Amino acid sequence: MNEITKDLLREISEWDGGFKGAYNIRENGQCAGRVSSENIKIENKKDAPGLAIFINPGTKGETVSIPACVTQGGVDDLVYNDFFVGENADVIIVAGCGIHTETGEPARHNGIHRFFLGKGSKVKYLEKHVGKGHGTGLRFIDPVTEVEMEADSQLEMDTAQIGGVDRTTRVTKAKLAENAKLLIRERILTEKDQTAKTEFEVEMNGNGSGVDLISRSVARDNSHQAYHSVIIGNAPCTGHSECDAIISENGKVDAAPELHARDNDAALIHEAAIGKIAGEQILKLRTLGMTEEEAEATIIDGFLS
Amino acid sequence: MLRLENISWSTPDGVGVLKDLSLEVPDGKLIVITGPNGGGKTTLAKIIAGLYQQDSGKIFLNDQDITNLNVTDRARLGISFAFQQPVRFKGISVRKLIELAAGHPMPMDQLCDILSKVGLCAEEYINREVNATLSGGEIKRIEIATVLARHSVLTVFDEPEAGIDLWSFANLIKTFEEIRKNLNGSIVIISHQERILRIADEILIVADGTVKAQGASDDMMSKLECSSGVTAKCFKQEELF
Repeated sequence: MNEITKDLLREISEWDGGFKGAYNIRENGQCAGRVSSENIKIENKKDAPGLAIFINPGTKGETVSIPACVTQGGVDDLVYNDFFVGENADVIIVAGCGIHTETGEPARHNGIHRFFLGKGSKVKYLEKHVGKGHGTGLRFIDPVTEVEMEADSQLEMDTAQIGGVDRTTRVTKAKLAENAKLLIRERILTEKDQTAKTEFEVEMNGNGSGVDLISRSVARDNSHQAYHSVIIGNAPCTGHSECDAIISENGKVDAAPELHARDNDAALIHEAAIGKIAGEQILKLRTLGMTEEEAEATIIDGFLS
Repeated sequence: MLRLENISWSTPDGVGVLKDLSLEVPDGKLIVITGPNGGGKTTLAKIIAGLYQQDSGKIFLNDQDITNLNVTDRARLGISFAFQQPVRFKGISVRKLIELAAGHPMPMDQLCDILSKVGLCAEEYINREVNATLSGGEIKRIEIATVLARHSVLTVFDEPEAGIDLWSFANLIKTFEEIRKNLNGSIVIISHQERILRIADEILIVADGTVKAQGASDDMMSKLECSSGVTAKCFKQEELF
Protein backbone atom coordinates (compact mmCIF):
# COMPACT_ATOMS: atom_id res chain seq x y z
CA MET A 1 0.00 0.00 0.00
CA ASN A 2 1.45 3.39 -0.91
CA GLU A 3 1.45 6.48 1.32
CA ILE A 4 -1.25 8.24 -0.71
CA THR A 5 -3.55 5.28 -0.14
CA LYS A 6 -2.90 5.48 3.60
CA ASP A 7 -3.78 9.21 3.62
CA LEU A 8 -6.96 8.55 1.64
CA LEU A 9 -7.94 5.67 3.94
CA ARG A 10 -7.69 7.94 6.98
CA GLU A 11 -10.10 10.37 5.31
CA ILE A 12 -12.69 7.99 3.97
CA SER A 13 -12.77 5.33 6.68
CA GLU A 14 -11.78 4.68 10.26
CA TRP A 15 -8.42 3.24 9.20
CA ASP A 16 -5.78 3.84 11.84
CA GLY A 17 -3.15 1.48 10.52
CA GLY A 18 -5.71 -1.28 10.52
CA PHE A 19 -9.43 -2.00 10.60
CA LYS A 20 -11.70 -3.48 13.20
CA GLY A 21 -13.47 -6.47 11.70
CA ALA A 22 -13.53 -7.75 8.14
CA TYR A 23 -12.11 -5.58 5.37
CA ASN A 24 -10.91 -5.35 1.80
CA ILE A 25 -8.72 -2.49 0.56
CA ARG A 26 -8.84 -1.76 -3.16
CA GLU A 27 -5.90 0.24 -4.53
CA ASN A 28 -5.85 1.24 -8.22
CA GLY A 29 -8.07 -1.69 -9.12
CA GLN A 30 -6.04 -4.27 -7.15
CA CYS A 31 -6.53 -5.86 -3.76
CA ALA A 32 -4.14 -4.33 -1.19
CA GLY A 33 -5.36 -6.31 1.79
CA ARG A 34 -8.24 -8.53 2.83
CA VAL A 35 -9.45 -10.13 6.00
CA SER A 36 -12.66 -12.06 6.55
CA SER A 37 -14.15 -12.75 9.96
CA GLU A 38 -15.99 -15.72 11.32
CA ASN A 39 -19.32 -14.16 10.40
CA ILE A 40 -18.40 -12.02 7.41
CA LYS A 41 -16.79 -13.67 4.38
CA ILE A 42 -15.26 -11.59 1.60
CA GLU A 43 -14.64 -13.38 -1.71
CA ASN A 44 -13.82 -12.39 -5.28
CA LYS A 45 -16.83 -12.20 -7.56
CA LYS A 46 -16.69 -14.93 -10.18
CA ASP A 47 -18.35 -13.10 -13.08
CA ALA A 48 -16.91 -9.57 -12.80
CA PRO A 49 -14.25 -7.53 -10.99
CA GLY A 50 -15.26 -6.97 -7.38
CA LEU A 51 -16.38 -8.67 -4.22
CA ALA A 52 -19.11 -10.89 -2.90
CA ILE A 53 -19.60 -10.25 0.81
CA PHE A 54 -21.59 -12.72 2.84
CA ILE A 55 -22.83 -11.71 6.27
CA ASN A 56 -24.14 -14.61 8.30
CA PRO A 57 -27.68 -14.53 9.70
CA GLY A 58 -27.78 -13.14 13.23
CA THR A 59 -24.36 -11.40 13.03
CA LYS A 60 -24.47 -8.55 15.54
CA GLY A 61 -22.29 -5.49 16.08
CA GLU A 62 -19.65 -6.24 13.42
CA THR A 63 -18.22 -3.81 10.87
CA VAL A 64 -17.03 -4.58 7.37
CA SER A 65 -14.94 -1.99 5.52
CA ILE A 66 -14.32 -2.01 1.76
CA PRO A 67 -12.59 1.28 0.89
CA ALA A 68 -11.37 1.93 -2.64
CA CYS A 69 -8.51 4.28 -3.54
CA VAL A 70 -7.25 5.59 -6.85
CA THR A 71 -3.87 7.21 -6.32
CA GLN A 72 -2.83 8.29 -9.81
CA GLY A 73 -4.16 9.69 -13.07
CA GLY A 74 -4.94 7.37 -15.98
CA VAL A 75 -6.78 4.82 -13.82
CA ASP A 76 -10.37 3.90 -14.72
CA ASP A 77 -11.54 1.54 -11.98
CA LEU A 78 -14.82 -0.30 -12.33
CA VAL A 79 -15.91 -2.61 -9.52
CA TYR A 80 -19.00 -4.63 -8.68
CA ASN A 81 -19.56 -5.40 -5.00
CA ASP A 82 -22.48 -7.51 -3.76
CA PHE A 83 -23.53 -7.63 -0.10
CA PHE A 84 -25.66 -10.52 1.09
CA VAL A 85 -26.92 -9.68 4.56
CA GLY A 86 -28.37 -12.64 6.45
CA GLU A 87 -31.64 -12.60 8.38
CA ASN A 88 -31.61 -10.57 11.60
CA ALA A 89 -27.99 -9.48 11.15
CA ASP A 90 -27.15 -6.02 12.52
CA VAL A 91 -23.93 -4.63 11.01
CA ILE A 92 -22.09 -1.53 9.81
CA ILE A 93 -20.70 -1.37 6.27
CA VAL A 94 -18.10 1.28 5.45
CA ALA A 95 -17.46 1.84 1.75
CA GLY A 96 -15.64 5.07 0.99
CA CYS A 97 -13.68 6.09 -2.08
CA GLY A 98 -10.72 8.44 -2.45
CA ILE A 99 -9.11 9.69 -5.67
CA HIS A 100 -5.73 11.42 -5.83
CA THR A 101 -4.09 12.74 -8.98
CA GLU A 102 -0.97 14.79 -9.54
CA THR A 103 -1.04 14.69 -13.34
CA GLY A 104 -3.23 15.98 -16.16
CA GLU A 105 -4.74 12.54 -16.74
CA PRO A 106 -8.27 11.83 -15.50
CA ALA A 107 -8.93 9.25 -12.76
CA ARG A 108 -12.20 7.44 -12.20
CA HIS A 109 -13.79 5.08 -9.74
CA ASN A 110 -17.10 3.53 -10.60
CA GLY A 111 -18.44 1.36 -7.78
CA ILE A 112 -21.57 -0.64 -8.38
CA HIS A 113 -22.90 -1.91 -5.05
CA ARG A 114 -25.81 -4.26 -4.66
CA PHE A 115 -27.32 -4.95 -1.26
CA PHE A 116 -29.60 -7.87 -0.50
CA LEU A 117 -31.00 -7.41 3.00
CA GLY A 118 -32.54 -10.51 4.54
CA LYS A 119 -35.63 -10.48 6.75
CA GLY A 120 -35.26 -8.43 9.90
CA SER A 121 -31.68 -7.40 9.11
CA LYS A 122 -30.35 -3.98 9.98
CA VAL A 123 -27.50 -2.23 8.16
CA LYS A 124 -25.82 1.11 8.63
CA TYR A 125 -23.97 2.01 5.42
CA LEU A 126 -21.37 4.78 5.51
CA GLU A 127 -19.89 6.13 2.30
CA LYS A 128 -17.49 9.06 2.10
CA HIS A 129 -15.97 10.30 -1.15
CA VAL A 130 -12.97 12.60 -1.42
CA GLY A 131 -10.82 14.00 -4.22
CA LYS A 132 -7.20 15.07 -3.57
CA GLY A 133 -4.00 16.13 -5.28
CA HIS A 134 -2.85 19.04 -7.42
CA GLY A 135 -3.19 17.39 -10.83
CA THR A 136 -5.41 18.99 -13.45
CA GLY A 137 -6.80 15.62 -14.49
CA LEU A 138 -10.51 15.33 -13.69
CA ARG A 139 -11.53 13.14 -10.76
CA PHE A 140 -14.65 11.08 -11.43
CA ILE A 141 -16.61 9.07 -8.86
CA ASP A 142 -19.77 7.46 -10.19
CA PRO A 143 -21.39 5.20 -7.60
CA VAL A 144 -24.40 3.03 -8.32
CA THR A 145 -26.24 1.54 -5.34
CA GLU A 146 -29.02 -0.98 -5.75
CA VAL A 147 -30.88 -2.27 -2.71
CA GLU A 148 -33.39 -5.05 -2.22
CA MET A 149 -34.93 -5.06 1.22
CA GLU A 150 -36.89 -8.04 2.53
CA ALA A 151 -39.62 -7.76 5.16
CA ASP A 152 -38.78 -5.89 8.38
CA SER A 153 -35.25 -4.99 7.25
CA GLN A 154 -33.72 -1.56 7.88
CA LEU A 155 -31.03 0.31 5.97
CA GLU A 156 -29.54 3.62 7.01
CA MET A 157 -27.37 5.11 4.24
CA ASP A 158 -25.14 8.01 5.19
CA THR A 159 -23.18 9.41 2.25
CA ALA A 160 -20.94 12.45 2.01
CA GLN A 161 -18.93 14.04 -0.77
CA ILE A 162 -17.51 17.33 0.42
CA GLY A 163 -15.57 18.86 -2.48
CA GLY A 164 -12.58 17.64 -4.45
CA VAL A 165 -14.47 15.42 -6.92
CA ASP A 166 -14.86 17.02 -10.36
CA ARG A 167 -17.60 14.88 -11.85
CA THR A 168 -20.11 12.65 -10.11
CA THR A 169 -23.17 10.80 -11.20
CA ARG A 170 -24.78 8.99 -8.28
CA VAL A 171 -27.59 6.51 -8.82
CA THR A 172 -29.43 4.90 -5.91
CA LYS A 173 -32.29 2.45 -6.39
CA ALA A 174 -34.21 0.54 -3.73
CA LYS A 175 -37.12 -1.89 -3.51
CA LEU A 176 -38.82 -2.31 -0.14
CA ALA A 177 -40.93 -5.23 1.07
CA GLU A 178 -43.31 -5.28 4.10
CA ASN A 179 -42.27 -2.99 6.94
CA ALA A 180 -38.84 -2.38 5.40
CA LYS A 181 -37.45 1.02 6.38
CA LEU A 182 -34.92 3.00 4.37
CA LEU A 183 -33.23 6.15 5.66
CA ILE A 184 -30.93 8.03 3.30
CA ARG A 185 -28.85 11.03 4.29
CA GLU A 186 -26.81 12.51 1.46
CA ARG A 187 -24.48 15.52 1.65
CA ILE A 188 -22.70 16.99 -1.34
CA LEU A 189 -20.54 20.07 -1.67
CA THR A 190 -19.34 21.15 -5.10
CA GLU A 191 -16.99 24.02 -5.87
CA LYS A 192 -14.93 25.44 -8.75
CA ASP A 193 -16.28 23.89 -11.99
CA GLN A 194 -17.42 20.61 -10.44
CA THR A 195 -20.68 18.91 -11.33
CA ALA A 196 -22.72 16.41 -9.34
CA LYS A 197 -25.81 14.61 -10.47
CA THR A 198 -27.78 12.47 -8.04
CA GLU A 199 -30.68 10.18 -8.86
CA PHE A 200 -32.87 8.24 -6.45
CA GLU A 201 -35.58 5.73 -7.24
CA VAL A 202 -37.35 4.07 -4.32
CA GLU A 203 -40.19 1.61 -4.82
CA MET A 204 -42.23 0.77 -1.74
CA ASN A 205 -43.94 -2.49 -2.52
CA GLY A 206 -44.76 -3.82 0.94
CA ASN A 207 -47.42 -2.87 3.45
CA GLY A 208 -45.96 -0.58 6.12
CA SER A 209 -42.71 0.15 4.27
CA GLY A 210 -41.18 3.61 4.57
CA VAL A 211 -38.46 5.82 3.19
CA ASP A 212 -36.97 9.03 4.54
CA LEU A 213 -34.65 10.69 2.03
CA ILE A 214 -32.74 13.76 3.17
CA SER A 215 -30.41 15.49 0.76
CA ARG A 216 -28.37 18.56 1.67
CA SER A 217 -26.15 20.20 -0.87
CA VAL A 218 -23.98 23.26 -1.28
CA ALA A 219 -23.02 24.53 -4.73
CA ARG A 220 -20.25 27.13 -4.72
CA ASP A 221 -18.22 28.98 -7.37
CA ASN A 222 -19.29 27.83 -10.86
CA SER A 223 -20.35 24.35 -9.80
CA HIS A 224 -23.61 22.68 -10.77
CA GLN A 225 -25.74 20.07 -9.04
CA ALA A 226 -28.82 18.25 -10.22
CA TYR A 227 -31.09 16.30 -7.88
CA HIS A 228 -33.80 13.95 -9.11
CA SER A 229 -35.77 11.69 -6.82
CA VAL A 230 -38.58 9.30 -7.63
CA ILE A 231 -40.56 7.79 -4.76
CA ILE A 232 -43.19 5.24 -5.70
CA GLY A 233 -45.76 4.02 -3.21
CA ASN A 234 -47.24 0.75 -4.49
CA ALA A 235 -48.68 -0.22 -1.09
CA PRO A 236 -49.83 1.41 2.17
CA CYS A 237 -46.54 3.14 3.02
CA THR A 238 -44.93 6.40 4.04
CA GLY A 239 -42.43 8.36 1.98
CA HIS A 240 -40.70 11.60 2.81
CA SER A 241 -38.03 13.39 0.86
CA GLU A 242 -36.34 16.64 1.74
CA CYS A 243 -33.95 18.40 -0.60
CA ASP A 244 -32.23 21.51 0.77
CA ALA A 245 -29.56 23.34 -1.12
CA ILE A 246 -27.42 26.39 -0.49
CA ILE A 247 -26.06 28.23 -3.51
CA SER A 248 -23.25 30.78 -3.41
CA GLU A 249 -21.28 32.76 -6.01
CA ASN A 250 -22.42 31.32 -9.38
CA GLY A 251 -23.42 27.91 -8.03
CA LYS A 252 -26.45 26.32 -9.69
CA VAL A 253 -28.82 23.67 -8.39
CA ASP A 254 -31.67 21.87 -10.16
CA ALA A 255 -34.11 19.89 -8.03
CA ALA A 256 -36.75 17.63 -9.52
CA PRO A 257 -38.57 15.54 -6.94
CA GLU A 258 -41.25 13.12 -8.08
CA LEU A 259 -43.84 11.36 -5.94
CA HIS A 260 -45.99 8.56 -7.34
CA ALA A 261 -48.83 7.21 -5.19
CA ARG A 262 -50.09 3.92 -6.58
CA ASP A 263 -52.05 2.91 -3.49
CA ASN A 264 -54.83 4.78 -1.74
CA ASP A 265 -52.98 4.53 1.58
CA ALA A 266 -49.60 5.70 0.31
CA ALA A 267 -48.66 8.89 2.19
CA LEU A 268 -45.91 10.74 0.37
CA ILE A 269 -44.38 14.12 1.19
CA HIS A 270 -41.68 16.19 -0.45
CA GLU A 271 -40.01 19.33 0.83
CA ALA A 272 -37.46 21.34 -1.13
CA ALA A 273 -35.68 24.61 -0.56
CA ILE A 274 -32.90 26.20 -2.59
CA GLY A 275 -31.37 29.56 -1.82
CA LYS A 276 -28.35 31.44 -0.66
CA ILE A 277 -27.45 31.65 3.04
CA ALA A 278 -30.02 33.81 4.82
CA GLY A 279 -28.60 37.24 5.70
CA GLU A 280 -30.13 36.96 9.18
CA GLN A 281 -28.10 33.79 9.84
CA ILE A 282 -24.86 35.59 9.00
CA LEU A 283 -25.88 38.59 11.12
CA LYS A 284 -26.70 36.40 14.11
CA LEU A 285 -23.27 34.77 14.02
CA ARG A 286 -21.61 38.17 13.54
CA THR A 287 -23.32 39.35 16.74
CA LEU A 288 -21.42 36.47 18.39
CA GLY A 289 -18.13 37.96 17.16
CA MET A 290 -17.57 36.12 13.87
CA THR A 291 -16.55 37.74 10.60
CA GLU A 292 -18.84 37.33 7.62
CA GLU A 293 -16.50 34.66 6.16
CA GLU A 294 -16.34 32.74 9.44
CA ALA A 295 -20.12 32.89 9.73
CA GLU A 296 -20.63 31.50 6.21
CA ALA A 297 -18.17 28.66 6.84
CA THR A 298 -19.88 27.80 10.14
CA ILE A 299 -23.34 27.76 8.54
CA ILE A 300 -22.17 25.49 5.69
CA ASP A 301 -20.29 23.14 8.05
CA GLY A 302 -23.42 22.81 10.19
CA PHE A 303 -25.68 22.34 7.19
CA LEU A 304 -23.54 19.51 5.85
CA SER A 305 -22.79 17.91 9.23
CA MET B 1 -21.24 53.13 29.84
CA LEU B 2 -22.95 53.37 26.47
CA ARG B 3 -23.54 56.87 25.12
CA LEU B 4 -25.44 57.81 21.98
CA GLU B 5 -25.12 61.38 20.75
CA ASN B 6 -27.50 62.93 18.22
CA ILE B 7 -28.27 59.73 16.35
CA SER B 8 -30.39 60.03 13.20
CA TRP B 9 -31.43 57.27 10.82
CA SER B 10 -33.80 57.20 7.85
CA THR B 11 -35.19 54.33 5.82
CA PRO B 12 -33.70 53.87 2.32
CA ASP B 13 -36.69 55.76 0.90
CA GLY B 14 -36.02 58.72 3.14
CA VAL B 15 -38.50 58.35 6.02
CA GLY B 16 -36.91 59.64 9.23
CA VAL B 17 -37.09 56.99 11.99
CA LEU B 18 -34.57 58.27 14.56
CA LYS B 19 -34.23 62.03 14.90
CA ASP B 20 -31.27 63.48 16.74
CA LEU B 21 -31.65 60.92 19.53
CA SER B 22 -29.27 60.93 22.50
CA LEU B 23 -29.16 58.64 25.52
CA GLU B 24 -26.88 57.08 28.11
CA VAL B 25 -26.86 53.57 29.60
CA PRO B 26 -24.84 53.60 32.85
CA ASP B 27 -22.74 50.57 33.87
CA GLY B 28 -24.53 47.85 35.81
CA LYS B 29 -28.02 49.17 35.03
CA LEU B 30 -31.03 47.57 33.41
CA ILE B 31 -32.74 50.03 31.08
CA VAL B 32 -36.08 49.30 29.43
CA ILE B 33 -36.94 51.26 26.33
CA THR B 34 -40.63 51.37 25.59
CA GLY B 35 -42.91 53.40 23.35
CA PRO B 36 -45.54 53.05 20.66
CA ASN B 37 -45.03 50.78 17.67
CA GLY B 38 -43.18 52.48 14.84
CA GLY B 39 -41.49 54.91 17.23
CA GLY B 40 -37.95 53.69 16.44
CA LYS B 41 -37.20 51.28 19.31
CA THR B 42 -36.04 48.30 17.26
CA THR B 43 -34.07 50.58 14.94
CA LEU B 44 -32.35 52.03 18.00
CA ALA B 45 -31.49 48.53 19.28
CA LYS B 46 -30.04 47.55 15.90
CA ILE B 47 -27.98 50.75 15.70
CA ILE B 48 -26.48 50.04 19.15
CA ALA B 49 -25.47 46.52 18.04
CA GLY B 50 -24.21 47.75 14.65
CA LEU B 51 -26.83 45.89 12.56
CA TYR B 52 -27.84 49.28 11.14
CA GLN B 53 -25.43 52.14 10.48
CA GLN B 54 -26.68 55.57 11.60
CA ASP B 55 -26.83 58.48 9.10
CA SER B 56 -25.33 60.86 11.64
CA GLY B 57 -24.36 61.06 15.30
CA LYS B 58 -21.81 59.32 17.51
CA ILE B 59 -21.76 56.17 19.69
CA PHE B 60 -19.36 55.59 22.57
CA LEU B 61 -18.80 52.46 24.67
CA ASN B 62 -16.79 53.22 27.80
CA ASP B 63 -15.56 56.41 26.10
CA GLN B 64 -14.32 54.48 23.06
CA ASP B 65 -15.79 55.85 19.84
CA ILE B 66 -17.48 52.82 18.21
CA THR B 67 -19.48 54.84 15.68
CA ASN B 68 -17.80 53.27 12.66
CA LEU B 69 -17.31 49.76 14.04
CA ASN B 70 -19.28 46.98 12.36
CA VAL B 71 -21.35 44.23 14.00
CA THR B 72 -18.41 41.84 14.42
CA ASP B 73 -16.13 44.46 15.97
CA ARG B 74 -18.83 45.62 18.40
CA ALA B 75 -19.54 42.00 19.39
CA ARG B 76 -15.84 41.53 20.10
CA LEU B 77 -15.94 44.59 22.37
CA GLY B 78 -18.67 42.89 24.38
CA ILE B 79 -21.96 44.08 22.89
CA SER B 80 -24.56 41.33 22.53
CA PHE B 81 -27.88 41.43 20.72
CA ALA B 82 -30.85 39.12 21.23
CA PHE B 83 -33.00 39.06 18.12
CA GLN B 84 -36.74 39.73 18.28
CA GLN B 85 -37.20 36.91 15.74
CA PRO B 86 -34.46 34.39 16.64
CA VAL B 87 -32.67 32.91 13.66
CA ARG B 88 -32.89 29.17 12.95
CA PHE B 89 -30.05 27.05 11.55
CA LYS B 90 -30.40 23.64 9.91
CA GLY B 91 -27.68 21.31 11.15
CA ILE B 92 -26.41 23.47 14.03
CA SER B 93 -27.18 22.04 17.44
CA VAL B 94 -28.15 24.02 20.53
CA ARG B 95 -24.83 22.99 22.07
CA LYS B 96 -22.85 24.20 19.05
CA LEU B 97 -24.64 27.56 18.97
CA ILE B 98 -24.04 28.18 22.67
CA GLU B 99 -20.38 27.18 22.30
CA LEU B 100 -20.02 29.52 19.31
CA ALA B 101 -21.47 32.29 21.47
CA ALA B 102 -19.11 31.51 24.35
CA GLY B 103 -16.15 31.17 21.98
CA HIS B 104 -15.01 27.81 23.36
CA PRO B 105 -16.20 24.22 23.87
CA MET B 106 -18.25 23.74 27.02
CA PRO B 107 -18.48 20.88 29.48
CA MET B 108 -21.92 19.59 30.36
CA ASP B 109 -22.11 21.36 33.73
CA GLN B 110 -21.57 24.78 32.12
CA LEU B 111 -24.19 24.04 29.46
CA CYS B 112 -26.58 22.97 32.21
CA ASP B 113 -25.86 26.18 34.08
CA ILE B 114 -26.63 28.42 31.10
CA LEU B 115 -29.67 26.53 29.86
CA SER B 116 -31.16 26.24 33.34
CA LYS B 117 -31.05 30.06 33.55
CA VAL B 118 -33.55 30.12 30.69
CA GLY B 119 -35.59 27.25 32.12
CA LEU B 120 -34.38 24.50 29.79
CA CYS B 121 -32.93 21.12 30.65
CA ALA B 122 -29.57 20.75 28.91
CA GLU B 123 -29.89 16.99 28.47
CA GLU B 124 -33.10 17.45 26.49
CA TYR B 125 -31.87 20.26 24.30
CA ILE B 126 -28.13 20.29 23.61
CA ASN B 127 -28.29 17.82 20.73
CA ARG B 128 -31.40 19.29 19.14
CA GLU B 129 -30.95 21.35 16.00
CA VAL B 130 -31.78 25.05 16.16
CA ASN B 131 -34.36 24.52 13.43
CA ALA B 132 -38.09 24.79 12.85
CA THR B 133 -38.86 21.92 15.25
CA LEU B 134 -38.30 24.28 18.19
CA SER B 135 -41.35 26.21 19.36
CA GLY B 136 -41.43 30.00 19.57
CA GLY B 137 -40.89 29.88 23.34
CA GLU B 138 -38.02 27.38 23.07
CA ILE B 139 -36.13 29.28 20.39
CA LYS B 140 -36.55 32.53 22.31
CA ARG B 141 -35.03 31.00 25.41
CA ILE B 142 -32.16 29.52 23.40
CA GLU B 143 -31.58 32.95 21.88
CA ILE B 144 -31.33 34.41 25.38
CA ALA B 145 -28.99 31.57 26.40
CA THR B 146 -26.63 32.49 23.53
CA VAL B 147 -26.27 36.05 24.80
CA LEU B 148 -25.92 34.92 28.44
CA ALA B 149 -23.04 32.64 27.35
CA ARG B 150 -21.09 35.67 26.14
CA HIS B 151 -20.66 37.52 29.48
CA SER B 152 -21.17 40.81 27.66
CA VAL B 153 -20.52 44.33 28.91
CA LEU B 154 -23.77 45.41 27.22
CA THR B 155 -26.66 43.20 26.15
CA VAL B 156 -29.55 44.41 24.03
CA PHE B 157 -32.80 42.42 23.98
CA ASP B 158 -35.20 43.39 21.21
CA GLU B 159 -38.79 42.69 22.37
CA PRO B 160 -38.02 39.36 24.06
CA GLU B 161 -41.74 38.82 24.65
CA ALA B 162 -42.63 38.98 20.94
CA GLY B 163 -44.06 35.85 19.39
CA ILE B 164 -44.28 33.64 22.46
CA ASP B 165 -47.27 32.14 24.21
CA LEU B 166 -48.56 33.22 27.61
CA TRP B 167 -47.06 30.25 29.47
CA SER B 168 -43.64 30.89 27.99
CA PHE B 169 -44.04 34.59 28.79
CA ALA B 170 -44.50 33.87 32.50
CA ASN B 171 -41.27 31.84 32.44
CA LEU B 172 -39.50 34.53 30.45
CA ILE B 173 -40.30 37.10 33.13
CA LYS B 174 -38.81 34.78 35.74
CA THR B 175 -35.70 34.49 33.56
CA PHE B 176 -35.31 38.28 33.38
CA GLU B 177 -35.91 38.63 37.11
CA GLU B 178 -33.08 36.14 37.62
CA ILE B 179 -30.82 37.99 35.18
CA ARG B 180 -31.66 41.24 37.00
CA LYS B 181 -30.59 39.73 40.35
CA ASN B 182 -27.22 38.63 39.00
CA LEU B 183 -26.69 41.56 36.66
CA ASN B 184 -23.32 41.43 34.99
CA GLY B 185 -22.76 44.40 32.69
CA SER B 186 -25.53 46.68 31.42
CA ILE B 187 -28.75 45.53 29.82
CA VAL B 188 -31.09 47.31 27.43
CA ILE B 189 -34.48 45.68 26.84
CA ILE B 190 -36.92 46.91 24.22
CA SER B 191 -40.33 45.96 25.58
CA HIS B 192 -44.00 46.81 25.90
CA GLN B 193 -44.61 44.55 28.85
CA GLU B 194 -45.48 45.98 32.26
CA ARG B 195 -43.73 43.18 34.15
CA ILE B 196 -40.51 43.75 32.25
CA LEU B 197 -40.80 47.51 32.82
CA ARG B 198 -41.15 46.86 36.56
CA ILE B 199 -37.74 45.16 36.83
CA ALA B 200 -35.95 48.10 35.15
CA ASP B 201 -33.68 50.57 36.93
CA GLU B 202 -34.67 53.17 34.39
CA ILE B 203 -37.37 53.47 31.75
CA LEU B 204 -37.02 55.46 28.54
CA ILE B 205 -39.94 56.30 26.32
CA VAL B 206 -39.00 56.53 22.65
CA ALA B 207 -41.61 57.91 20.28
CA ASP B 208 -41.40 59.69 16.95
CA GLY B 209 -37.69 58.90 16.81
CA THR B 210 -36.65 60.71 19.99
CA VAL B 211 -36.52 60.14 23.76
CA LYS B 212 -39.79 61.62 25.03
CA ALA B 213 -39.23 60.88 28.69
CA GLN B 214 -36.89 58.99 31.00
CA GLY B 215 -36.52 58.33 34.69
CA ALA B 216 -36.39 55.79 37.49
CA SER B 217 -38.71 52.83 37.03
CA ASP B 218 -41.14 53.62 39.91
CA ASP B 219 -41.59 57.25 38.84
CA MET B 220 -42.04 56.36 35.23
CA MET B 221 -44.51 53.53 35.94
CA SER B 222 -46.82 55.83 37.90
CA LYS B 223 -46.65 58.43 35.13
CA LEU B 224 -47.40 55.80 32.51
CA GLU B 225 -50.39 54.47 34.46
CA CYS B 226 -51.90 57.92 35.03
CA SER B 227 -51.23 59.54 31.70
CA SER B 228 -53.13 59.58 28.47
CA GLY B 229 -51.98 60.03 24.90
CA VAL B 230 -48.74 58.61 23.63
CA THR B 231 -47.28 57.46 26.95
CA ALA B 232 -50.41 55.50 27.85
CA LYS B 233 -49.89 53.36 24.76
CA CYS B 234 -46.34 52.53 25.73
CA PHE B 235 -46.98 49.37 27.62
CA LYS B 236 -49.54 46.65 27.92
CA GLN B 237 -50.96 45.39 31.17
CA GLU B 238 -50.11 41.74 31.56
CA GLU B 239 -53.76 40.72 31.52
CA LEU B 240 -54.12 42.26 28.09
CA PHE B 241 -51.22 40.22 26.74
